[in-house]
Amino acid sequence: MLRLPSFKYYAPASVEEAVDILGQSPETMMIVAGGTDVLPNMKRGQWKPKTLVGLRGIRELAVMMPGPGGSRIIGAGTTLSTLVGDELLQKNVRGLWQAAAQVATPHLRNMATIGGNLCLDTRCTYYDQSEEWRKAIGYCMKKDGSTCWVATSSKRCLAVSSTDTAPMLLALGAKVTLVSASGSRDVAVDDFYNNDGMSYLTKRADELLTSVSLPNLRGWTTSYWKLRRRGSFDFPVGAAAIALKLDGGVVEHARIALGAVASRPLLSEKASALLIGQKLTDEAIAAAAAAAYDIAKPMDNTDFELVWRKKMVKSLVTSALREARGDDMRAKRLSLARQIL
Amino acid sequence: MSNSFRLSLSVNGEPIDALVDPAKTLLEVLREDLQLTGTKHGCELGECGACAVLVDGQPVLSCLALAVECGGRSVTTIEGIAAGDELHPLQDAMADLGGSQCGYCSPGIIVTAKALLDREPNPTREQIKEALSGNLCRCTGYLQIVEAVESAVQKLQTKVAAGLQPRATK
Repeated sequence: MLRLPSFKYYAPASVEEAVDILGQSPETMMIVAGGTDVLPNMKRGQWKPKTLVGLRGIRELAVMMPGPGGSRIIGAGTTLSTLVGDELLQKNVRGLWQAAAQVATPHLRNMATIGGNLCLDTRCTYYDQSEEWRKAIGYCMKKDGSTCWVATSSKRCLAVSSTDTAPMLLALGAKVTLVSASGSRDVAVDDFYNNDGMSYLTKRADELLTSVSLPNLRGWTTSYWKLRRRGSFDFPVGAAAIALKLDGGVVEHARIALGAVASRPLLSEKASALLIGQKLTDEAIAAAAAAAYDIAKPMDNTDFELVWRKKMVKSLVTSALREARGDDMRAKRLSLARQIL
Repeated sequence: MSNSFRLSLSVNGEPIDALVDPAKTLLEVLREDLQLTGTKHGCELGECGACAVLVDGQPVLSCLALAVECGGRSVTTIEGIAAGDELHPLQDAMADLGGSQCGYCSPGIIVTAKALLDREPNPTREQIKEALSGNLCRCTGYLQIVEAVESAVQKLQTKVAAGLQPRATK
């Protein structure tokens, strides 16, 4: 039976109280919100915090409200189910709704939070295993070992970014707010991640992610396409997130991001730039998809064969852009996601 | 247990007051402290749904819920689904239609399906499949389970029409 190791537990009732606790000894503490990432990792011995700071009692983290200038603030403690049940989000920021709706399973979405999904640990075949399994291979660079078994000559850990909401929020140009005992700062989602499987967040250990801020997205069209083996449970092994602003069918602004093809969500600036000033013709879509394909660097660290995963990036970006163009993609959606999105 | 927390919650309608170690999951407290062994240990990592229970009416995985974080909540397990000696129509239908074979996944599936029917008394097959998409079953191939839920919908509607069952509220 997998038991949790013992730990000291704090249940702060406010952000102020939480960051005061975190400030005491951040290197020995971990934050737990929904628990769906932290607790399995602790059961497998990947994480061994002395102290857990539980966020469930902090009501101010679970609010969604309008922000200044047509922006929208989503509290980091908002569950993914709350996002999926939000009709305004479904209508106006469909890509984020599609991303949230494809995370894991209904049970896990009832527990998991958007803040937790953004901070989701990077994943790897050689890391997400029991203590005994990892011991048998001499551990890996990410935890207790020195070799990255994905590419043994690699100087850095190549674990894969497996969050669904981060690539979408990156495409949306969202920001996160990080609060510590010494103050708060807003960070663009693009600056929240490092392309390093171990040090994948730029957040300091004493900082608490309190909210996500969406810019004014009036007039934007968004879409998220995810590749996974099963119609539920699975983390992405490839994903395309797009946000477009069209003016009379011509692309005025474009942001194309990829998930699960690096240790961080990737923005394809070239794919985005190629679309500006273009109509969404088959040729323009193919050119953008090819540019996105070029930057995708899937490694042999998760489900499916990496060359096929890279090829699928083209297909995912194409599908997302065709959906944004107004093509009826429901049958393709259903065949890939096995969900009506 | 200097690091223990006082926990007050409701389990199947009964108030519970206990001292719990923060490292205990809701699953462990239900099975080991409250002897409610109907909820099953499966993967214990959130990958199977065998440990599903309802917390404030929502299906969650008790293997990944810290018991200390369930204070003030209302928990429903498979033991709280029947009305006295009378099985819930979902339990009847699962037994009658082969939706429960080895039975290990059944408690999680039944509570999850109950949450769906409480929210949506007349679900489509797609809604049933989506609601149960977090529950693995290695025996049935799922068809019997989906058919059992559809059969329970019929039984519940007959009961509602006869005034024997209150109408579900969304």
